Amino acid sequence: MSDEDDVLVIGGEKFSSRLIMGTGGAPSLEVLDRALEASGTELTTVAMRRLDPAVQGSVLDVLRRRGIKVLPNTAGCFTAGEAVLTARLAREALETNWVKLEVISDERTLLPDPIETFDAAERLVADGFVVLPYIGDDPALARRLEQAGCAAVMPLGAPIGSGLGIRNPHSIELIVEAASVPVILDAGLGTASDAALAMELGCDAVLLATAVTRAQRPELMASAMRSAVEAGRMARLAGRIPRRRYAEASSPSLPGFA
Amino acid sequence: MKVTINGDAGELPDGTTVAQAVRTLTAMTSGVAVAVNDVVVSRGAWESTSLTENDRVEVLTAVQGG
Repeated sequence: MSDEDDVLVIGGEKFSSRLIMGTGGAPSLEVLDRALEASGTELTTVAMRRLDPAVQGSVLDVLRRRGIKVLPNTAGCFTAGEAVLTARLAREALETNWVKLEVISDERTLLPDPIETFDAAERLVADGFVVLPYIGDDPALARRLEQAGCAAVMPLGAPIGSGLGIRNPHSIELIVEAASVPVILDAGLGTASDAALAMELGCDAVLLATAVTRAQRPELMASAMRSAVEAGRMARLAGRIPRRRYAEASSPSLPGFA
Repeated sequence: MKVTINGDAGELPDGTTVAQAVRTLTAMTSGVAVAVNDVVVSRGAWESTSLTENDRVEVLTAVQGG
């Protein structure tokens, strides 16, 4: 990034990378490790699950070794109550009061449940958490969650893991226009141009996992996403030209050459 | 007494503590959190908290996800 002062601030904490990574879907910890390094990420999500004594190695070791801040999520929760308990367990296990709040409505779409998400957000904010809620591309809900004290809002581009890109850029722009907390485009991105578009629309950061971890070459896709986020951010700051229906000559007209 | 740990029901001696229950799964203490009957038991209270009949113990850790 050419602008050294262009930092992302979430919950009072500064990040120079605007690419937040997830860790789901990687075929091995070694592949994940290399992809995280290539991505340049400084903030990465993990899920909370029952401890399995048979599992060797931990995603936490990878994050610690790389100095990446851990962002626990509440993936797999269907109710506010489950999400609040999961967040509290994550705070205890990982010694962080940050949480990516994720309360899904059904297994088929994995779309976020707005009612349960809002309920959980209010309870977690009251309990001292830095809450980053995963939501649909709904400007009204985003505003309500900001008012409830969330540290960021994380609208989806498309369903989790779908790779469909940003299905409703207009709604994302509306969320960005109204928000005074960071807007993090979360879920549905498939390739680098999707990440660049998110940043061009004015999002403050992008969160992705599957697009990298399930790419044929995860490390290379992580590099591509890193570049795309940086390029999209610079384009946003630079200010794009307006769209026109017809051409506008970029060369001066030549008098006497008719 | 009957206690369920991560969904598996088993017999444990009366007076078994949360710390002892965790040690049936792992020697790790960092990166692990425990809830008994859906209430978090902080690490500092593991040794002093005894389980009782029919308690449901959940021992969680971070895994790849999101």
